[in-house]
Amino acid sequence: MDLFLNFFANVDWADIWEATGDTMLMLGTSLVFTILLGLPLGILLFLCSPRQLLEQKGVYAILAFVVNVVRSLPFIILLIVMIPFTVLLTGTSLGVAGAIPPLVIGAAPFFARLVETALREVDRGIIEATQAMGATTRQIILNALLPEARPGILAAITVTAITLVSYTAMAGVVGAGGLGDLAIRYGYQRFQTDVMVVTVIMLIVLVQVLQSIGDRLVVHFSRK
Amino acid sequence: MIEFHNVHKTYRVAGKDIPALHPTNLRVENGQVFGLIGHSGAGKSTLLRLINRLEAPSGGQIIVDDEEVTALDANGLRRFRQQVGMIFQHFNLLASKTVADNVALPLTLAGELSRREIDQRVAELLQRVGLSDHAKKYPAQLSGGQKQRVGIARALATKPKILLCDEATSALDPQTTASVLQLLAEINRELKLTIVLITHEMDVIRRVCDVVGVMDAGVIVEQGPVAEVFLHPKHPTTRRFVQEDEQIDESEQRDDFAHVPGRIVRLTFQGEATYAPLLGTVARETGVDYSILAGRIDRIKDTPYGQLTLAVTGGDMEAAFARFTAADVHMEVLR
Repeated sequence: MDLFLNFFANVDWADIWEATGDTMLMLGTSLVFTILLGLPLGILLFLCSPRQLLEQKGVYAILAFVVNVVRSLPFIILLIVMIPFTVLLTGTSLGVAGAIPPLVIGAAPFFARLVETALREVDRGIIEATQAMGATTRQIILNALLPEARPGILAAITVTAITLVSYTAMAGVVGAGGLGDLAIRYGYQRFQTDVMVVTVIMLIVLVQVLQSIGDRLVVHFSRK
Repeated sequence: MIEFHNVHKTYRVAGKDIPALHPTNLRVENGQVFGLIGHSGAGKSTLLRLINRLEAPSGGQIIVDDEEVTALDANGLRRFRQQVGMIFQHFNLLASKTVADNVALPLTLAGELSRREIDQRVAELLQRVGLSDHAKKYPAQLSGGQKQRVGIARALATKPKILLCDEATSALDPQTTASVLQLLAEINRELKLTIVLITHEMDVIRRVCDVVGVMDAGVIVEQGPVAEVFLHPKHPTTRRFVQEDEQIDESEQRDDFAHVPGRIVRLTFQGEATYAPLLGTVARETGVDYSILAGRIDRIKDTPYGQLTLAVTGGDMEAAFARFTAADVHMEVLR
């Protein structure tokens, strides 16, 4: 037991819990905004894409280009490039608040692409059948496309949440705090291996929990 | 009544115009079951989708009960589509919704009934298609035939005047096909619903349709009452469909009969004539003898018919032939 405690001599558990709280806060907030921004964007991408309901080649080309540009940027660069915009939006580029805008902008295009793919998986026959009932485009989206794509969208949210966990680790660069930040400052820069081990274990547990919640929801809503 | 005036449809594929339906005139009376038969790519699916404008026509006029469908705006088209039910080969049910919710969907979309009225209507519909016990199940828990029954209940939800059937039985086994066709015939009879169906099986046409159109390469090549077209096919495509259904190969049959003595005739009986003891009477009166080479006794929708190929020998053949013709039997001399 002593040996065990000695190994974790550098670990300040209050710091660990605070960092875990920060990570959860960043993850939760950015995930909500990512969904709010990415879901409509994904639906729009799907509807405007070739041979779909609102086929708009020009709009699709522009949207797809913007999405691809943002997705090409390494997150660490996005974090820095966005500083002026972040200040404009939240009044600060530091801390948890300063990390949310880049997290959302970084994850939303990625999530939107996943939503687009999930919607594409819905059988065209379903859309045709709903059209034949006299549904408006809005009704087709709300009453047929989204319910049918629900398992796919839930899986997309799971993948996005896990991606956001790894993004939050980088957000330490702008002083956002969180587990990743702790791992870099103590574990890496001060050679405190024990802190590194603990934070990494916390991250692993977090990812595992997210994945299994997501998997359960997908199974729960799959009727196939 | 559904009317097509010079309706045609051309698809533009890779810069080339591909005609799917050549200018077509068509008339389907109210309460009729109209069947379109054709091989895949014959244009029957396009024609069906033109009726509720899931396909936009390239030209021509479509009129349904004095309403010009081709002139409707988006709102008018939505209202019109609520009066036209449609069922599909692969059912196209929403996997995420229960059977009851699938059937309720057209009513929810139309937004004219209260939740309670919708529930009541759904219960009625499920009872009609014999699925009352399955209301809370999801489509994945049903068999193919049950899924199509849900499709039919859903299509009937808004009390449409017209039901469009897109290869509705092609994904089903023969027994299930028969029961689904029976349900369609029942609906047609009881609700006075006009049905337009497309299929590639002559058997489907024979069981439920009043009128048939045979399609080939975007043209309706032959059209008429089912008994007429089925028993006396004229166009080569029609002949092929009938032979496929009867599993007969005409040239093979001619070889088989080559050594049979006497004249060979084909008699077609329809309706009451099917039950008359004609062959025996004529044999006794004219002294001819028969051997039956091929034959089929069956029904076309509700009409019984028989078709016999006979080798006739001896006696007074001309008198016998005259008696057949006089007895309202269609006679073709094959040899």
